[in-house]
Amino acid sequence: MPTFLTDLNPGWLLIIAGVAAMFIKQRTVRQAMTIIAPILGILLLATTQHGVDHLTYNALGLELSFYRVDSLNFLFGLAFLIAALLNAIYALHTDNRMQDGMATAYAGAAIAATFAGDLMTLFIFWEITAITSVFLILRAGTRASYFASLRYLGVQILSGVLLLDGIAYVWHHTGSLSLTAFTSLNEPGALIIFIAFGIKAAFPFLHNWLQDSYPKASVVGAVVLSAFTTKLAVYAFARMFPGQDELIWIGAIMTVFPVFFAVIENDLRRVLAYSTNNQVGFMICAIGVGTPLALNGAVAHAFADILFKGLLFMSMGAVLYRTGTTKANELGGLYRSMPWTTLFCLVGAISISAMPLFSAFVTKSMILSAVASTGMVVVWLMLMFASAGVLEHSGIKIPYFAFFGHDSGKRVKEAPFNMLLAMGMASFLCIAIGLPAFLPSFGYEWLYSLLPYPVEAASYQPFTLGHILAQLQLLALAVFAFILLQRLGLYPPEKPGVILDTDWLYRKVGYGAVRWMDTIWSKVGPAIAAIAGRLSSRAYDNMVATFSPRGMLSRNLFSGGMTLWTAVILALVLLVSFLTS
Amino acid sequence: MILELLLTSAPDWAIRHAAVLIVVVPLVMAPILALSPSARLAWFLALLATAASSYFAILTLGIVQSTPGGIIEYWIGNWYLIGIEFRVDALNAMILLIVSGMAFLATVFAWPTILADVEKQKISLFLCAFLLCFAGLCGVAATGDAFNLFVFLEISSLSTYVLVAMGARNDRRALPAAFDYLIMGTIAASFYIIGVGFLYAATGTLNMAEMAAQLPALAGNRSVQVGFAFIVVGLGLKAAMWPLHQWLPNAYSYSPSFVTMFLAATATKVALYALIRWLFTIFNLDYSFEQAIFTWVLAPLGIAAMVICSFQAVFQTDVRRMLAYSSVAQVGYMILGISIANAAGVSAGLLHLFNHSLMKGALFMALAGVCLTYKGTTVRDFAGLGRSAPFTMSAFAIAGLSLIGVPLTAGFMSKLQLGYALFDHGWWWAVLFVVFSSFLAVLYVGRLLQAIFFEAPANPGKPRKEAPLIVLVPLWILALANIYFGIDASFPVGLANDGAAAALGLEALQ
Repeated sequence: MPTFLTDLNPGWLLIIAGVAAMFIKQRTVRQAMTIIAPILGILLLATTQHGVDHLTYNALGLELSFYRVDSLNFLFGLAFLIAALLNAIYALHTDNRMQDGMATAYAGAAIAATFAGDLMTLFIFWEITAITSVFLILRAGTRASYFASLRYLGVQILSGVLLLDGIAYVWHHTGSLSLTAFTSLNEPGALIIFIAFGIKAAFPFLHNWLQDSYPKASVVGAVVLSAFTTKLAVYAFARMFPGQDELIWIGAIMTVFPVFFAVIENDLRRVLAYSTNNQVGFMICAIGVGTPLALNGAVAHAFADILFKGLLFMSMGAVLYRTGTTKANELGGLYRSMPWTTLFCLVGAISISAMPLFSAFVTKSMILSAVASTGMVVVWLMLMFASAGVLEHSGIKIPYFAFFGHDSGKRVKEAPFNMLLAMGMASFLCIAIGLPAFLPSFGYEWLYSLLPYPVEAASYQPFTLGHILAQLQLLALAVFAFILLQRLGLYPPEKPGVILDTDWLYRKVGYGAVRWMDTIWSKVGPAIAAIAGRLSSRAYDNMVATFSPRGMLSRNLFSGGMTLWTAVILALVLLVSFLTS
Repeated sequence: MILELLLTSAPDWAIRHAAVLIVVVPLVMAPILALSPSARLAWFLALLATAASSYFAILTLGIVQSTPGGIIEYWIGNWYLIGIEFRVDALNAMILLIVSGMAFLATVFAWPTILADVEKQKISLFLCAFLLCFAGLCGVAATGDAFNLFVFLEISSLSTYVLVAMGARNDRRALPAAFDYLIMGTIAASFYIIGVGFLYAATGTLNMAEMAAQLPALAGNRSVQVGFAFIVVGLGLKAAMWPLHQWLPNAYSYSPSFVTMFLAATATKVALYALIRWLFTIFNLDYSFEQAIFTWVLAPLGIAAMVICSFQAVFQTDVRRMLAYSSVAQVGYMILGISIANAAGVSAGLLHLFNHSLMKGALFMALAGVCLTYKGTTVRDFAGLGRSAPFTMSAFAIAGLSLIGVPLTAGFMSKLQLGYALFDHGWWWAVLFVVFSSFLAVLYVGRLLQAIFFEAPANPGKPRKEAPLIVLVPLWILALANIYFGIDASFPVGLANDGAAAALGLEALQ
């Protein structure tokens, strides 16, 4: 293969294809591009050589490495490319230049960031993912999505700016931009980068942007968004902070807290957004453990998550596309009219619940085993609880309320064929990864052979009696609890309403404080406000009076005035030079 | 690479006389133009003259870079030490390249705007004045003789007054603007010549190199100090150093749009070059009073320009005035860079000078395109233009972003270099002003871009269209240069570093 092809970062291919697609009016040509680009990308990636800087560039004394594949980022890149392909197929029924182009470019940016060989390159594409993805939210076209996209952009840019800050600090102190892992968070550069990654990974208290924006995106937009941003952050953590103890606890908390919100949430796409948090938590926790087994688990789970979370978002997107809503209380009984979608959604739901023979089982059990081997009982229990919670809110709640449950009476058409095709392909992959190896290097062994530590992965056996039993018990218990609660009528009813997340801090407590201050303010306020208002308007008036076209400084001086200034400056120069010589 | 190719292919006479031919060609061409019967022929000849000058300027740069000392000494008529010397080193080679290159691009795009702005029978004369102005600017940049510099300064100034006054056809306010400019320009030139007189009295020579050699012995001489003061103020006035800039907004706003573009990209740059030449090459940094001037006069004035004029730009309603005030603010950046008074600072100032001529050239060129297709230069007139003239306006937007200093544009590079230089010098507080002024630039450029791309047209009934191709091509050359030099700045940075080294008399910086 010619070098320009082997040196071509598949991400760049997608970015170029995406940007070009935005300018192509013919729908078939454009959509063919968005499908062919990821396929080509997968081919390029499959044939590329590992551990080599394929494309380097020297700018301003910075050695930039644009394309470097190794065992850690290979799977992330592959999953992103597969997701880009599935998303493109999923979007075939729409005719939207901006969305087609931006979705492909966004995937490309995430891929290019994954294969970045240095921090600066990582930052550049980190920012491009932020900018391209915001259009996907914006394209939903509603007023809510407009404001959500602004908030989203603000948070993403904040993350980028922090990252740049940290990089500048690191570069200043070590003179190197290489992607070597940090050993501790004690130096400020590492801490700032940690926070920047943490925002993208939706750490607890930094996570609101995710639940805020994903459910407000368009049908296709939500599917596309679910795949890339958080997983890119997971990759960045695996690259820069493996074995960082703080991550264990952060990850564990991340797995647990969304469960509560997801259970009571009414909007099913928001449930999935919480579920994203929860799955990313598993990966973060594993990265924090940092043993080869744990890192294998994190990478494998990211790969699997991109597929089954994409699948779930796709099925909910299909429901939204046909019925116009994803509110649990307005749905139900759709299995009659959308049987295929129901089937695929069930595959995704079973996969995310880590049922044996499905993808998450072979990946999550690695994480659980790794955590168990550290002897951190509390963390392990939290993860177990979260696993049960996943089953409850993603495995049962989503399909139950959407497709079964009380009949909403909605009789709609089955989802368009391209959606079914994309979902079918994702389902196939979810199952294919989870199967035991009937044939050598088939099923989960294929996935394991691509992990960062293939030797350790090869020696790990997911299908042991202990694993299977433990998982099945957990699943059985969760199902039992769900049924029991349903029967007893204790299950949180599907009710429309706003669920307050940690934003209750500013929505409730903050509101109360504001109310209290308001009472005080209403007494003291007017006086101060009048003064402040007068002052600020005076300040503004003064500024206008000074700077505006009719202002003091801009008024056309007579030549005499200008000459006077010349004399003043001359006097100043003379005075200073006489005084100092 | 290209330079080597040019050097090897150039005829012998061209190499020997390149430095002086830059000036002589337009100077000789100007009277011929005045006699030209046809406007189109005159334009074509002007194009030839500026192209030839650009060629010789590139050649000169090549010669300077390939000669060991980095200096071309050209004694006109071989009157060694008695006559006039043209002396080109890395510093003025850079300036000559900027001036002639911008003049060439300006002439290319000039044709449709001149047709629109100038009466048909005056076009030849107009272009003659332009060539004289151009020759004068090149002369200022090339000469090595203090008095000769004054002569060229006057040649360029007098023709500039004429050029500005030609705007009277569109807007009568061009006449008082030209008059004010005349008064101020004359004062500047007089100050300069007074300063040269003082120095001549003290040293007995008008040759800059000779003067530089004799001045160290005259430390503490009062007449040297007075001469210094007059020259700094005179040249500062020509360079639109705040608060001596008041002639500039009017002159830029009311002159024909082609003239505005040419002046914005070159005129203040040349004056600034002369200032650098005097401050660093001729006067000696060892003088304690000169250091004091840098710290107590130039740096504060530079910062004042950056902040105050940016504020003024924010409040302007006329786009040309906005850009004019922004120009003064940008001169402030350059003055601030110079006032650091070391190689890094001067280099940052020179880099900004280079980049600023690219971005302001592009901005005023796009503006000229707008004036052509749609009469009106207020911010309201720009509303919705992004839809009707996407190519013109995206080039405008690129240059505007460069003016702000957005990463991946040229403006970012020079602000970055300036920031580094300020930090190294310990003036971290000045960096805050640079950032604040950039923030103000975001306001005034952003306001404009918002109007262009997001507002509905103020007057939808009026037909609007893209600027003609002959405007678009040079415009996009400049816009792409803004991006290219924002990604790979090695060429301008190299020029600026060499220029700074030459100005300070150091060995070439690496």
